Amino acid sequence: MSKKKDSLSLSKVEAKWGLILALPAILGFILWTAGPMIASLVLSFTSWDAVTSPKFIGLSNYRKLLIEDPLFKKSLGVTLYYSVGSVPLVLAIAFIVALLLNQKVRGLAFFRTAFYLPSIVPAVASAMIWIWLFNPDFGLLNQFLGIFNLPKLQWIYSETQVIPSLILMSIWGMGGSMIIFLAGLQGVPEQLYEAVEVDGGNWWHKFRYITIPMMTPIIFFNLIMGIIGTLQTFNQAYVMTSGGPNYASLFYVYYLYLNAFNYGAMGYSCALAWILFLIVLGLTLIVLRSSSYWVYYEMGKGR
Amino acid sequence: MVKRRTIIRIITYIVLFIGSVVCLIPLIWLIRSSFMETGQIFIIPPEWIPKPFRWQNYIEALSSLPFGRYLLNTLEILIFVEMGTLLTATVCAYSFARLRWPGRDLIFGILLTSLMLPYAVTLIPTFILWKYLRGINTFAPLIIPSWFGGGVFYIFLLRQFFLTIPFELDEAAYIDGASPLYVYWNIILPLAKPAIIVVGIFTFLGVWNDLLGPVIYLNDPDKFTVAIGLAQFVSSYASYWNYLMAAAATMTLPVVILFFVAQRYFIQGITLTGLKG
Repeated sequence: MSKKKDSLSLSKVEAKWGLILALPAILGFILWTAGPMIASLVLSFTSWDAVTSPKFIGLSNYRKLLIEDPLFKKSLGVTLYYSVGSVPLVLAIAFIVALLLNQKVRGLAFFRTAFYLPSIVPAVASAMIWIWLFNPDFGLLNQFLGIFNLPKLQWIYSETQVIPSLILMSIWGMGGSMIIFLAGLQGVPEQLYEAVEVDGGNWWHKFRYITIPMMTPIIFFNLIMGIIGTLQTFNQAYVMTSGGPNYASLFYVYYLYLNAFNYGAMGYSCALAWILFLIVLGLTLIVLRSSSYWVYYEMGKGR
Repeated sequence: MVKRRTIIRIITYIVLFIGSVVCLIPLIWLIRSSFMETGQIFIIPPEWIPKPFRWQNYIEALSSLPFGRYLLNTLEILIFVEMGTLLTATVCAYSFARLRWPGRDLIFGILLTSLMLPYAVTLIPTFILWKYLRGINTFAPLIIPSWFGGGVFYIFLLRQFFLTIPFELDEAAYIDGASPLYVYWNIILPLAKPAIIVVGIFTFLGVWNDLLGPVIYLNDPDKFTVAIGLAQFVSSYASYWNYLMAAAATMTLPVVILFFVAQRYFIQGITLTGLKG
C-alpha cells in the first residue's frame, strides 16, 4: 500500500517539476515565437514607420506586394533561383563525396577535414574571402580561367552571373551535409550488403536497393533544412553585393530588412515576412507529403 | 575484376584529392593574401609565397579598427548566451525527456514546429518589443532570448541524447528518495557531458557568426561584435586586400582551432543533428 502511495506522490512531484523545468521553453515560445508571429500578422495590415502610431490599412500591403511592387517578385525570383540551384547541387555533391569517403579510403581524417573545414568558416569571413576570389581583375577564379585561355567573368559584379557565383560559393560550404551523409552511410548495416552479394547482386544493386533507401530519411532531412536555409539567405547580400547589380541578388530577407530598417516600412515588411512564412510552410508541406512516396523508414527502430 | 577494382580505387583517390584541394585553395588564398605586401598581391600570374612575409598586416588591420573592443563585446555576449543556453536548454530537455507530465509530448511537438519558422517572421515585432524595452544598442536582445531554453534545436538535440540514458538510474534514485532536481544534476548532467559540449560548441559558433542580430540591434560602433565590425570593414577598406584577408583570417582562426581541439564533438554533434531527425 505504501508503495502505491509513493508512486502516486512521485508522479505528482514529476508533474510539478516537469512543468516548472519546461517553463523557460514554453515562455520562450510564447514570448519569442507565437507572440511575435501574431503581432507580425496584425502589423501586416497596417502602415507603420515605427515612430508614429500604426494605421490600419486592411489588405493594402498584400495588394501592393502582389500587384504593384516589382521588387517583391524580383526578390522572390532571385531567392527561388538561388535555392533551386544551390540545394540540389549541394546535396548531390555532398552525397557523392560522402559515398567516396565511405569506401574505406586511407587518409579519411585528412579528406574529411578538408571537405568539412570550409563549412565552419564564419559567414562574414567567407564572404570576404569570396569577394576577393571573385575579383574580376585580380581574383583567383579569373586567373584560373586565364590558364585555359577562357574569357574572364564578372562573377558577382554581373547581373546574370551573380546568383550562379553565389551558388558556387554555397557548394564550397557543403561540409555539414556531407558529414551527416557520411555518418548515415556508416550506419547502414553490413549484413544488408552481404545479403545482396549472396544473391549475386553487383555494386549498382547495392547502391540502388540498399544505400539509397536507407539514406532517404537523411536526404529528406537535408533537403528540408536546405530549403529553409537558402530561402532565408541574408549575409551574402548584406556583405557582398548589397542586393546588386541592378537588384540581381536582392534576396528576399535582405529586401525585407531594407524595407523595415532602411525604408521604415514596418507594416509592409511584416506582410513580406508572412508571405515568406507561407511559402516555406507550403514547400515544407509538399516535401513532407511527397516523403511517403520516397522516404523509407525502418520499422520498429525504437523511439 | 580485380583490375577494375583497382581502377575504381585510383579514380576515387584522384577525385577526393582534387576535391579537397579545391576546398582548401580558398583558405590557402586567404592566408597567403593576408601576409602579402600590396604590391605582390596584384601580380599576375598570382604568386603563392608571400615575399616578404608581412605579418604586420595583422597588426595594422586590427589596430585600424577597435578589434579588441569588438572581441570583448563578442565575448561578453558569448559568456551570457552560453550560460543561458546550457542552463535552460538542459533543464527543459530534461523535463521533456525524463519527467512525465500531462501534455508534455503535445507541447514538445508545438515547440518543434518553430524549427521550421523563418526567423524573418518574428524579426520585426521582436525588434519593436526591444525598442519599447529600451534594448536597442544593448546586448540584451542578443542575450536574453537564450535564457528561454536556448533555442528549440538545442533542446531537441539534448533530449535525443538524454533519452539514451537508462531510465533505471532515475528510478533507483527516486526509490532512495531523490528529487527530480537531484536526478537532473547528479545523474543526467554528468552522463550527458558529450552532448552538452556539442551544444556549447554550436552556441559559440552561433554567437561568433551571427550577423543579422548585431546588424539590427547594435548601431553604436562601440557595441559592435567581431562579425559586424568586419562586415563594416569590407566597405571601408575595399581594395586593401591584404588587410581584409588578415581580418578575415583572424575571425576564422578561433573557429578552426576549436575545430581541431574538439573535432570529435563537432562530428558527433553534426551526426546527432541529422540522424535522429
